[in-house]
Amino acid sequence: MKKFLAMALSLALAFTAAGCGNKDDADKKSEGVMTYAEYDAAAIESEVTIEAYVQAKQAWWEDKATIYAQDKEGAYFIYNMACSEADYKKLTTGTKIKVKGYKAEWSGEVEIIDATFEIMDGNYVAKATDVTSKLGSDDLIKYQNQFVSFTGMTVEESEDKDGNKAPFLYSVDGSGTQEGNSDLYFNVSKDGKTYTFTVESYLCDNTTDVYKTVEGLKVGDVIDMEGFLYWYNGVNPHITSVKTK
Amino acid sequence: MKLSRLGGIFLAFVGFLLLAGCHGSRGLKEFSIPEEFDTSKEYEITFWAKNDTNKTQTQIYRDAIEKFTALYPNITVNLRLYTDYGRIYSDVITNIATGTTPNICITYPDHIATYLTGDNVVVPLDKLFSDKSYGLGGSALLFDAPEISEIVPQFLSECSFKEHYYALPFMRSTEACYINKDFVEALGYTIPEQLTWDFIWEVSDAATAKDADGTYLVNGQKVMIPFIYKSTDNMMIQMLRQKKAGYSTSDGTIEIFNDTTTELLYEIAKHVENGAFSTFKISSYPGNFFNAGQCLFAIDSTAGASWIGTNAPLSDISKDSLVDFETVVLPIPQFDPAHPQMISQGPSVCLFNKADPQEVLASWLFMQYLLTDDIQIAYARTEGYVPVTKKAQDSPVYREYLSKIGTDNDAYYEVKINASELLLKHMENTFVTPVFNGSASLRDAAGQMIENVAKSVRRGETIDTAYMEKLVRDVTSLYHLDQNNSFVAGRVPLGKLPQTAVILLVVLGITWLGIITYLLREAKKRKKKL
Repeated sequence: MKKFLAMALSLALAFTAAGCGNKDDADKKSEGVMTYAEYDAAAIESEVTIEAYVQAKQAWWEDKATIYAQDKEGAYFIYNMACSEADYKKLTTGTKIKVKGYKAEWSGEVEIIDATFEIMDGNYVAKATDVTSKLGSDDLIKYQNQFVSFTGMTVEESEDKDGNKAPFLYSVDGSGTQEGNSDLYFNVSKDGKTYTFTVESYLCDNTTDVYKTVEGLKVGDVIDMEGFLYWYNGVNPHITSVKTK
Repeated sequence: MKLSRLGGIFLAFVGFLLLAGCHGSRGLKEFSIPEEFDTSKEYEITFWAKNDTNKTQTQIYRDAIEKFTALYPNITVNLRLYTDYGRIYSDVITNIATGTTPNICITYPDHIATYLTGDNVVVPLDKLFSDKSYGLGGSALLFDAPEISEIVPQFLSECSFKEHYYALPFMRSTEACYINKDFVEALGYTIPEQLTWDFIWEVSDAATAKDADGTYLVNGQKVMIPFIYKSTDNMMIQMLRQKKAGYSTSDGTIEIFNDTTTELLYEIAKHVENGAFSTFKISSYPGNFFNAGQCLFAIDSTAGASWIGTNAPLSDISKDSLVDFETVVLPIPQFDPAHPQMISQGPSVCLFNKADPQEVLASWLFMQYLLTDDIQIAYARTEGYVPVTKKAQDSPVYREYLSKIGTDNDAYYEVKINASELLLKHMENTFVTPVFNGSASLRDAAGQMIENVAKSVRRGETIDTAYMEKLVRDVTSLYHLDQNNSFVAGRVPLGKLPQTAVILLVVLGITWLGIITYLLREAKKRKKKL
């Protein structure tokens, strides 16, 4: 009994400590750093300084990194941030970074560009927020760039330019190939409305599980998904995991 | 669609990879044309092709391979598809280092200049062109290839640098100004036959008028960017050319940092400040704003015409965002309308050297096959391209295609055929920039200056002499324009050995001398003992 009690207490303590650590780290902003609300209110083209936690890395080329970051209030898409290859390797999921750049908007996607960053102490990995019920509503954009989930959606037919039907397309019009590491486009529906989702091949290339899972989808499959709420002329989620029910 | 947004970074990056890559390659023997193509052996060749996210284009490549391999059953062609030139460039450079280049690839001449810093990496085509059996229109070919005189000279000359041909043109396009006629006329203007920069700036400024609620008067929407340019590198290059100002010389001397460039940047800054001008990199695809009635003048490639206009078959915005209006297609604005100048662009094909000359010959046969009428016409029809051979351009099939303009909104989409006609009419007015190792970086720098100025204005920075001086320093440093980028085909001269290397070699020599002396002395001792 004593052993059991000791173990239970230890576990409880460990969970509490972990929980508190996450909360403190994720909520605390350094001096001169914007809260998410301040960032959200900032004008396009204004200079912004934020602190957030890396949630996914999309690409790195010529000392520039594109990443998804998030704090407990909201999310940020940081495009082409100055970043050495060595520093890019340090940006593991959860790493806290302080980013200084300019707020911009490209085809509806709000992002931080021309940014520099420094790595800070702290770690936070966001849990996916289920936004299935928000699809099609004006509220959805409030979750832009966040790690989100969609549940119980049904795979619908996609149609290429020639009218060929398939559960997914390589590239938006079916012109791509797996070998060419093309983005995957697939349609999913919920409550009679259909949406187009994407496996963005820079974020999840043709060797990843999600890419292979989508290649194996069949029309009518009911699936749960996770990913980042990217925007391109409307919502265009970048899916990072798919589970068939 | 956003691939090309990242593609530009690739282009900048891979240029710097090259020296490391190519210097490490072992170098192949110079290619010499075999007497006869060996049909008794199997050859597997690789073709890296580019499509404009256009399924019809990918199908044309596949059909071409099928028909070609039916003629040459001992050749297998493996197709690898890309959607942007930057990726091809990057992958070629990576593969030069490992000796695993494709046999043929779609490319830009600027990129070939970089590939040429390797040793015998790219095959010069002069001898192949004129080979009686396998050359252009040669007697031993199993298909009706064009003769050299049937390739549009303007386009062919773009593939020649430093006295050699290193590519064949595959398709050609230029830039067009896509105009919302309804909005221009609503503002009280009439579209002239030849657009001028003065006209486009004036109308764009006029289109920024808003009511008290911030709604634009011209379109009744909250969003309006009157003038959007897709490729700002082309914008600067063409403006400088039209102004007869410096850009670069053929030997790689950088001339872009001049007073005319500065004047142009000040002018552009003024219209960014008015809200009259933006770029693809800052705002997104011109066609998207144009189709939504949020842009009057969209300058983009003629090869992007299928994406532009109310009835565009490849429109990238939702149907409910489309606005109905008439699209006029004109050449880009000019400073001297009597002497129009516009860029010539579009894919070319280059041939990589291999250890087996028969494999290279097999690749050359396929490369020529891409210039046959059927392929040229089929591919040109997919976008506002034009065929690169007079033979295809003049063929009844192509002429019939052009004549069917506007009969549907797909194959005969009016805006697309107008874009092709624009280039056909102005082939003599096109130009290309000098090609040298580093010319791709200079091109990027040309666009970067406009992008930086536009962004700075939007951020409320002051654009003055000090700003311009810093801009030149930043761009020079970013694109390494202060380094020696002179064009050298073949082996790169490495200059004198560094002092450390000389010392190392001397030490090695002395060590070997010591070893040999010691061995000789030991041998002598042994001899004496005996």
